[in-house]
Amino acid sequence: MGKLNCNLLNKSYGEVHALKNISFEVQDGELFGLIGPDGAGKTTLFRILTSLLLADSGTGSVAGLDIVKDYKELRNHIGYMPGKFSLYPDLTVEENLKFFATIFNTTVEENYKLVKPIYSQIEPFKNRRAGKLSGGMKQKLALSCALIHKPEVLFLDEPTTGVDPVSRKEFWEMLRQLKNEGITIVVSTPYMDEANLCDRIALIQHGEILSIDTPEEIVTQFPKKLYRMPIVETQNIASLQLTQLRKNPDIESVFMFGEYLHVTFKNDAARANNDLPLQEITPTIEDCFIALMNRV
Amino acid sequence: MKQFLAFIKKEFHHIFRDVRTIMLIIGIPIAQILIIGFAVSTEVKNVKTAVYDPSNDISTQQIIQRLDASEYFDVVQLLQSPEDIDRLFKEGKIAFAVVFSEHFNENLYHNGGIAGQARNDKDGAAVQLIADASDPNQGLVATSYAANILGDYQQELLGRDRARPVPTMIIPQIQMLYNPEMQSSYNFVPGLMGLVFILICAMMTSIAIVREKETGTMEVLLASPMKPMYIVISKMVPYFIISWFTLILILLMSVFVLHVPIVGNLLWLNIFSLVYIIVALALGLLISTLVNTQVAALLASGMGLMMPFMILSGMIFPIASMPPVLQWVSCIIPARWYIAGVRKIMIEGASVQHIWTEMSVLIGMIVVILGISLKKFKTRLE
Repeated sequence: MGKLNCNLLNKSYGEVHALKNISFEVQDGELFGLIGPDGAGKTTLFRILTSLLLADSGTGSVAGLDIVKDYKELRNHIGYMPGKFSLYPDLTVEENLKFFATIFNTTVEENYKLVKPIYSQIEPFKNRRAGKLSGGMKQKLALSCALIHKPEVLFLDEPTTGVDPVSRKEFWEMLRQLKNEGITIVVSTPYMDEANLCDRIALIQHGEILSIDTPEEIVTQFPKKLYRMPIVETQNIASLQLTQLRKNPDIESVFMFGEYLHVTFKNDAARANNDLPLQEITPTIEDCFIALMNRV
Repeated sequence: MKQFLAFIKKEFHHIFRDVRTIMLIIGIPIAQILIIGFAVSTEVKNVKTAVYDPSNDISTQQIIQRLDASEYFDVVQLLQSPEDIDRLFKEGKIAFAVVFSEHFNENLYHNGGIAGQARNDKDGAAVQLIADASDPNQGLVATSYAANILGDYQQELLGRDRARPVPTMIIPQIQMLYNPEMQSSYNFVPGLMGLVFILICAMMTSIAIVREKETGTMEVLLASPMKPMYIVISKMVPYFIISWFTLILILLMSVFVLHVPIVGNLLWLNIFSLVYIIVALALGLLISTLVNTQVAALLASGMGLMMPFMILSGMIFPIASMPPVLQWVSCIIPARWYIAGVRKIMIEGASVQHIWTEMSVLIGMIVVILGISLKKFKTRLE
């Protein structure tokens, strides 16, 4: 039994089948990432796991408590930071933190050690209204508020969406520190580059889990050799280049990645047939995601 | 308990940090009292009056003086001929006219009494009262005031000359029960109270709860160990306290600014009002369980509550003159019972037994509305 289990969770909103037979397990003290684009069902899954929504079918437990039957007790043991900034903009930084400490039956002093690395960064602004903080500072405050009761399992729904790259990096460093404190963290993100920072990840698309493994293992499972080739300068020609390559019967897939094209061939023989300026590379999580998406 | 207090404190922060909320809950009752109390006055005061007095004797002089001295009439013109009356009315210069017969004093003593209507000028002291009845209410009230003044004068004459034979006559005697001066504020203060509490309690609580849904904080609160019911109750408490403050404010203003006396028991008036405030809070909670956006909450409480409350509560239109179907509908409007109760206890000075029906109806409403909304309140997101 892991710290978090879910088994065959299903959820529909009318016609839309938001979650299809989701099953996975998160170990104690793990930093687990749910990686997927917008609309993949990440938020719905979070809400079910935090007892805020009921699944149509399937079961789950968090911290050894059933997410449906024991929801009242469960709410004592989890921390949840929704994707949308969900603090009171008309309360000050300090008032927000104190308020959340109180409703979780604790005090700021009691768990100050835990939030200190994060909160100390925004403490100089503790008398400022939360609504007047910058995006990165809002996230830090929201994280502090979600942490103030020292939850066993912390759910972070897209914490870095809309945050600048520097703050994003800091944020992940903070998550690492929290993991060292023994808190199990489930985090979702649409950014593939953040996947490598998790212990294990689940790639999720259209309400289905495509793959669950460590980031390294997912990369090694990439079925083909991956090559990259530079994009020809101007944009018009680039799309022309892309269309031409896609017409090539030897090539299985071509995608644009920044200033390169990532190419896979049907087999090694097909690779030998084409004389292109290719360079073999290790696939990224994004390559794996695209490959898995196309297989489905 | 600590959670609860922290929540209430937070709620007060929300209220006091938002200027618009403060304006809404404190400003509106004050503005309404002042506007309704002074500007939208339906009472009759300083009616511009013209007098045609061909007798010009001691009696007519005295009557004219009394009319002018009263706060209801302002004698603006002494006419030379009765033909002018019509013109002045049409020009809007006067709203009331008094016409005395000739030899008024002489006729008064010889033929006995002032006739209310102009009869044959020869056989009585006649006086004609002409009112502008385009506003029938004002016309009626002005006429009865004038008749009262005439009546009083005649009573005095009779008292002075006991020796004279008492002539038989009909003195129009109109008595306005409970509101002898027919002051409109007597009627409006209870109505206003019925409306203001719906505004503060129902509208503000429903918006306050729905705002948490809209900003996403409800999601965090629901994922916390705080019991959902506490979340709701602690939303209500600040508005309950503020409403009580507003109640005291309204009562003070109505006594000292509008001069509406509180005849009945002040304690019971407060208790009765607090019961009504709880009804309004429960309605706000009910609305908040039904809608998901602040705009929808505003529309539901604004249109859904305020309109029927204004029209069907008896505040503007008397319930007795409504068609039976509407009378029946008005029974489910809490304000109808509240306003009736406040009129009884505040203006008529009735004791608590007399508002027992109203009180029990309101308490019954609390039970039903709270029951429904607690059943509808979700401990989860959908």
